[in-house]
Amino acid sequence: MPAPVIEATGLTKRYGEFTAVDGIDFAIEPGEAFGFLGPNGAGKSTTMRMIAATSTRTSGALRVLGFDPAEHGPEIRAQLGIVPQADQLDEELRVIDNLIVYGRYFGLPLPYVKRRAEELLEFAQLTEKRKARVDGLSGGMKRRLTIARGLINAPKAMLLDEPTTGLDPQARHVLWDRLFRLKEEGTTLVLTTHYMDEAEQLCDRLVVVDKGTIVAEGSPASLIRQYSTREVLEVRFGSARNAAAAEAIEGIGQRIEVLPDRVLVYDDDGEAAMSAVHERGLSPITSLVRRSSLEDVFLRLTGRSLID
Amino acid sequence: MTELMQAPAPTIRGPLRGIYAGNTRSVVMRGLQVMARTNWVVVLTGFFEPVFYLLSMGVGLGALIGTVEFYGADVPYAAYIAPALMAVSAMNGAVYDSTMNVFFKMNFAKLYQQMLSTSLGPLDVALGEILLALFRGLLYACGFMLVTTLMGLNLSWTAVLAIPAALVVAFGFASFGMAVTSYMKTFQHLDYVYFLMMPMFLLSATFFPIEVYPAGLQWVIQALPLWHGVDMIRQLTTGLIQPSILIHLLYFGVMIVLGLWFTTSRLRALFLR
Ligand SMILES: Nc1ncnc2c1ncn2[C@@H]1O[C@H](COP(=O)(O)OP(=O)(O)OP(=O)(O)O)[C@@H](O)[C@H]1O
Ligand SMILES: [Mg+2]
Repeated sequence: MPAPVIEATGLTKRYGEFTAVDGIDFAIEPGEAFGFLGPNGAGKSTTMRMIAATSTRTSGALRVLGFDPAEHGPEIRAQLGIVPQADQLDEELRVIDNLIVYGRYFGLPLPYVKRRAEELLEFAQLTEKRKARVDGLSGGMKRRLTIARGLINAPKAMLLDEPTTGLDPQARHVLWDRLFRLKEEGTTLVLTTHYMDEAEQLCDRLVVVDKGTIVAEGSPASLIRQYSTREVLEVRFGSARNAAAAEAIEGIGQRIEVLPDRVLVYDDDGEAAMSAVHERGLSPITSLVRRSSLEDVFLRLTGRSLID
Repeated sequence: MTELMQAPAPTIRGPLRGIYAGNTRSVVMRGLQVMARTNWVVVLTGFFEPVFYLLSMGVGLGALIGTVEFYGADVPYAAYIAPALMAVSAMNGAVYDSTMNVFFKMNFAKLYQQMLSTSLGPLDVALGEILLALFRGLLYACGFMLVTTLMGLNLSWTAVLAIPAALVVAFGFASFGMAVTSYMKTFQHLDYVYFLMMPMFLLSATFFPIEVYPAGLQWVIQALPLWHGVDMIRQLTTGLIQPSILIHLLYFGVMIVLGLWFTTSRLRALFLR
């Protein structure tokens, strides 16, 4: 078994009295795509910053690529590609120079960085924008440029903090494709997201975090198997009548969740649950059967929706 | 496809490990690349200010005043104030860059966050930015030297040493300026700096010897950095070199080290906490 790329035990970060990350344990293997899934304020970005040695942990143990981030920041960051939650591009430089100058920060030779920058522009599909000003790029282009920039030092691990937030579906798929290629080439990916589809698409393994703690861990499929049923029936009766209807369908399926706008019936056979609902004389305004997702896992674990 | 190359691991050992990667050059090069495309009109105003003082006061007032005594010798008034204004040039360039520009990069452009996401350490960034500010100070001082040479205001061959001396002055102000800027929260705070620089500029033996002040005030002025810069450069351009020049150098040495230390720990506290 190879040594983990990143390993944390009891990792904690406090800002004054407030505990943002509360004693979490995880180990990320080489070549793995590992995700932190959680709602706003869960502590995902804080964890990422501690891994990147741009934030010092309050307590606990953390090893990144064999080093302690508290003492070896530059050594660690030399081997990491960091994509922060908010794009931080150098607006005073053109697109291509953003890549070249960033490469120079790593102490890479100029001729190499110049060649590599052109390849990364292609990878990010920004070759046409080579000489463009950064502030004129669209959100998706900026994101792709930030990711390309994070690759200039051929990192062993990429830290991607919400890589696709704010992108349209097509741009997200392009990015997912790029990240998937990286993973195939052997780069370890560590990403945070609050999109369950993203986590399902990209992550081999993930932890669900809430309020600074890890509430579950596993592959997307195993988490769904463990914490949810195969299928879910979603029925809507109108916001005023959902609660009453939920009482009426009590007993159908394995578990029922009442959300403000709909009722979720968890059952391995959604169609059967639907027939059962109709047999009780209830007629929902809309109904749909779908497969369980990480969203359901999250709801089960925390009693809250992931995106609120 | 290019053979991929991994970033070299920083090899710094000892107490600077973790805060210094030995790659200040990349920070300086980035700054020069941006500077080459900046608005040079803005840059040049900072240069012309002392030149205009020299022309109006040195030439105009000089005709009325004649000579001023400096370490026992009579020095023509224009030659007396020229080295002081050169020190002011170095200061202006260094302070302008290390306050206004650094403030912008720190708070709006998020530039230092970007740099500190790479293998650079806070000391690389601090030193690089200070060197850039110093560069502007040096640029101003050299331009000013050219003007005073053309006007025949350098009285001794030792005046060539005024250039490295201006470099030291600029380094001190840049280092200190960046440290101060790292504590600022709003643009208004920058105004305090400019507000303090004005009296320092007028009182630091720039236009007349400090012997005209009461002893108490003399002490205050001699505690301020500009006076040390003025007296040092004046000794060099007039050739009236005194042992006190070593004290001036020491003063700036301390200022540089303290400024660097504060800036580095401040950058670490701001971006790596
Ligand atoms: N520098 C800071 N000072 C004080 N509190 C902070 C700081 N950074 C983060 N926090 C707090 O720590 C908690 C976790 O923040 P963090 O940014 O890690 O959340 P997140 O999981 O990334 O959320 P999001 O999905 O919104 O990005 C939040 O409550 C936040 O207010
Ligand atoms: Mg975040």
